Amino acid sequence: MPSKNYVCIICPNSCEIVADFSGKEVAKIIGQSCRKGEEYVRKEIVAPERGLTTTVPVKNGDAALVSVKASKTLPKELIPKAVSAVAKARAEAPVKIGDVIIKNVLGTGVDIVATKNVSRKAGINTGQD
Amino acid sequence: MSEMIVKSVDVAVVGGGPAGLSAALSAKKNGAKNVLIIERGESLGGILNQCIHEGFGIDSFGEALTGPEYMQRFIDQVESERIPYMRNSMVLRVSKDRKIIVSSKEGLYEITAGSIVLCMGCRERTRGQICTPGTRPAGVYTAGAAQNYINLRGYRIGERVVILGSGDIGLIMARRLTLEGAKVLAVAEIMPYSSGLPRNMAQCLYDYEIPLFLSHTVVEIHGKKRVEAVTIAQVDERFKPLKGTEKKFECDTILLSVGLIPENELTRDAGIMIDETTGGAVVDESLQTSVAGIYACGNALHVHDVVDYVSLEAEKAGKSAAKNAAGRQQEKGTIKAKPGEGVRYVLPHKVSGHADVKFSLRVSSPERNVKLIVTDGERVIKTFMKTRVNPAEMIQLPLKKSEISGSREIIIKLQNAK
Ligand SMILES: Cc1cc2nc3c(=O)[nH]c(=O)nc-3n(C[C@H](O)[C@H](O)[C@H](O)COP(=O)(O)OP(=O)(O)OC[C@H]3O[C@@H](n4cnc5c(N)ncnc54)[C@H](O)[C@@H]3O)c2cc1C
Ligand code: SF4
Repeated sequence: MPSKNYVCIICPNSCEIVADFSGKEVAKIIGQSCRKGEEYVRKEIVAPERGLTTTVPVKNGDAALVSVKASKTLPKELIPKAVSAVAKARAEAPVKIGDVIIKNVLGTGVDIVATKNVSRKAGINTGQD
Repeated sequence: MSEMIVKSVDVAVVGGGPAGLSAALSAKKNGAKNVLIIERGESLGGILNQCIHEGFGIDSFGEALTGPEYMQRFIDQVESERIPYMRNSMVLRVSKDRKIIVSSKEGLYEITAGSIVLCMGCRERTRGQICTPGTRPAGVYTAGAAQNYINLRGYRIGERVVILGSGDIGLIMARRLTLEGAKVLAVAEIMPYSSGLPRNMAQCLYDYEIPLFLSHTVVEIHGKKRVEAVTIAQVDERFKPLKGTEKKFECDTILLSVGLIPENELTRDAGIMIDETTGGAVVDESLQTSVAGIYACGNALHVHDVVDYVSLEAEKAGKSAAKNAAGRQQEKGTIKAKPGEGVRYVLPHKVSGHADVKFSLRVSSPERNVKLIVTDGERVIKTFMKTRVNPAEMIQLPLKKSEISGSREIIIKLQNAK
């Protein structure tokens, strides 16, 4: 029976999972330590998805950048395009964790949200050092 | 040293990373009134400030948070508990009588503490420590420094990159640089296996078709002012480069991801006993070091791959520190725990046998279908089956007090399951 190996990326356990195929159908999935591993492999076979994290410059912030993430996983092949779209974005301080930086990125229905609090710059400059 | 600002606290926490935050919160929760966090950086949170990728808090929160999100949850608690912290304040010295010298903008402080928790984290090995041959041109960074430049300052560090070493930070940076438009040409690892987690190999290298050269080391770095190229070669079992296997990559940037070492100058200077394998303090089950009233946890104790374990370990250290500061008696560790064959280290180094213990350990090399056997030197106490073990993954083995009480020593070894 043809089979394919996967490394589950959902948690640090990094389980090695094998999917056996009969024709195009998945016959069996083994090696996962939990249900999430099976879900991951099933998705990986039909339409792989990945998370996205990057940074966006902030105006008037006490840090130069705010870290951001996609609120949900995105189709894997869209990741480079989504990163380019986010690269053009600018945020303005104050920014709070969860603030939407880009709504509905590339029409996927997924938002790009802040993962860090950035306050407005006070009199003194407090760049990260 | 005249004119020192004198202060006294119940529990002083050195370092405001995830370990320091959890230790302080736990000390407070366990009755310490006067807790103080001392952080040399501009902000709390430690290394997590620059770890913008996801994968933190899977165990504790059931979701894959980014580093800054994970850290903020603890900072918020520190704020709402009104635990005081000093920033831009560097601890210069810790002494056996639990006095701490701190350098800060206001001047030098001398802080006397009932208990001290050491949470200084770790730092990266650098090129000097791995003796890379060749010239010393610009363009060579540790992976963590590159992470800091890119994720906190928004610098572009280079266009064509080769990564030496396959530690997790290097793998994470391979993906980050690729998405930022740089070309990562290769990752070279001297060992026959990666030192990073398999999940990071999968999502950071394989996803972007970045080649990984196992059993390869750098033989030359070319370029006078700036890196122009790097030559790697395959190594034999003794890690000697094999003639004729050289590969040259033209690049302008080299990242070193060759491992982390606990930051323990303060610990050594205080005369605290160090385990040369972990690079951290020798501790008992309360996480007390060889000096009474001084505790250690987090990456300063041993390098952790998962932050959730750092937080849990720090909670324990904070609790012990609060108990000690209140003058409450603690269990003395008399049973020594040691690594046996196939195991690199075991922590804690000493246990009392009067409480359940969770041992942390790392194996020496990746293996499949093995047993981890806990013995008291003669008798087998317990066996744990593992389908896969990997030096990149810290393993935790819980043991009940009934299983260990009465043992003279505890040895944990690895054996083939067949
Ligand atoms: C790049 C990287 C990626 C990681 N990725 C993951 C991941 O995906 N998932 C996961 O779960 N874990 C991950 N980890 C592991 C986890 O983040 C760390 O184990 C954890 O941050 C360690 O916490 P700590 O508090 O011990 O150390 P640190 O976070 O390093 O904090 C130590 C603090 O002490 C301060 N300090 C040191 N010396 C002094 C002094 N003398 N005076 C005052 N302050 C001092 C430092 O400034 C620092 O703020 C990663 C680690 C790194 C380095
Ligand atoms: S299968 Fe479950 S336990 Fe294994 S890596 Fe995936 S999420 Fe983690």
